[in-house]
Amino acid sequence: MSTVEHVERGPLSRTEMAAIVARDIPDGSFVNLGIGQPTSVAAHLRPGSGITLHTENGMLGMGPEAHGDDVDPDLTNAGKVPVTELPGAAYFHQADSFAMMRGGHLDVCVLGAFQVSAGGDIANWHTGAPDAIPAVGGAMDLAGGAKDVLVMMNLFAKDGSAKLVPTCTYPLTGVGCVSRVYTEVAIFDVGGPEVVVLETWGTTVAELATRLPVPLHPAD
Amino acid sequence: MSRTRVHAGPDRAAAADAALAAAGIETGSTILVGGFGMAGMPVVLVDALIRHGADDLTVVSNNAGNGDTGLAALLAAGRVRKVVCSFPRQADSWVFDGLYRAGRIELEVVPQGTLAERMRAAGAGLGGFYCPTGVGTLLAEGKETRVIEGREHVLELPLRGDVALIGAHRADRFGNLVYRRTARNFGPVMATAAAVTVVQVDEVVEPGELDPEAVVTPSIYVDHVVDLSENPAGVESRA
Repeated sequence: MSTVEHVERGPLSRTEMAAIVARDIPDGSFVNLGIGQPTSVAAHLRPGSGITLHTENGMLGMGPEAHGDDVDPDLTNAGKVPVTELPGAAYFHQADSFAMMRGGHLDVCVLGAFQVSAGGDIANWHTGAPDAIPAVGGAMDLAGGAKDVLVMMNLFAKDGSAKLVPTCTYPLTGVGCVSRVYTEVAIFDVGGPEVVVLETWGTTVAELATRLPVPLHPAD
Repeated sequence: MSRTRVHAGPDRAAAADAALAAAGIETGSTILVGGFGMAGMPVVLVDALIRHGADDLTVVSNNAGNGDTGLAALLAAGRVRKVVCSFPRQADSWVFDGLYRAGRIELEVVPQGTLAERMRAAGAGLGGFYCPTGVGTLLAEGKETRVIEGREHVLELPLRGDVALIGAHRADRFGNLVYRRTARNFGPVMATAAAVTVVQVDEVVEPGELDPEAVVTPSIYVDHVVDLSENPAGVESRA
């Protein structure tokens, strides 16, 4: 499949990004959505897809965010937001929840990131700044544990620097674990011998190649 | 050998104080505190720990306090020397943030699954385990490593508490526990990993009223139960 370039339009909105990630998650998968932007993918999962959501604080079969009378302080997602329970849900303690990750039982996780390297390293837990308070949560367990680690992030930081890099400069979360990166302008396969651009929005592979510090290859 | 003691009475705080007095908390103790955010957080027990007055504590918990109550109040009271946790920084963790930036509290950050598994190892009598999480990161620096089945692992050591403070939904008088939803989180693991486990529950029932197939934490791990129900009928106060 050659690279699909959607040049007749602009970059993806955040909602469209979430929908694109959801589109690519296979039916029947067990999936963990990281806190922040990845959480929004849940709203776009296909009805009847058989996808089961795992939340690291101890549940399979997590439903949508809870509102009104459905709010229960004993039922939250990893971001501590009240959520709901779907039929067929199961609860388990923290050691079991993370055994599921490390043991390779989760099919997909979606994480946010500060940086991803061409080789599939991810940095998403610590800026390394002297006054920063490091907080890792389950990010390292997820990055190292899920069979398929997808990253969802803007391609450029607020200062304009690229977040897809030859080598991460922020402290690493995981080494060589990311398979695919979803951004507002392109989808990249990483972690292989070369970075492959699968799809673009509002730009082309050739144009991206001039803006990124890593060599890019179109899909065959 | 010890049987679980139930602490109950019209004054919940007094019942919690009695449980903590019996738990043997001392200056310098390591306290495992359950909860993920506020879900499963044993707020009544943490408040009793503040009144207890022990200081120089090491606290092991997933987070480092929210807002100004519970764990955050314990930190603000200056009782904690060190926090071992996975995720201290949150929108409402200003008490911890202030102490950390002022250099008044030590922090050991542990990946969440490793935190849970280190306590599981302590409770299961293991000397540690080789774990792939964190390999190649700052959190693996200085740790012994070993390649197993072609993959690098780091040696993680057991994490043991002197006392665990956890929340559960219901207990029977023997100390068998069931939890509610994601409030289960660290409770079952912490109950195994401490020398003494104190649990606050919404209700205490008679032995036989909990389905034995559904018991999550068997009574062998539980030393003190504090009954928070409005009318702890049928349960004699032993506070």
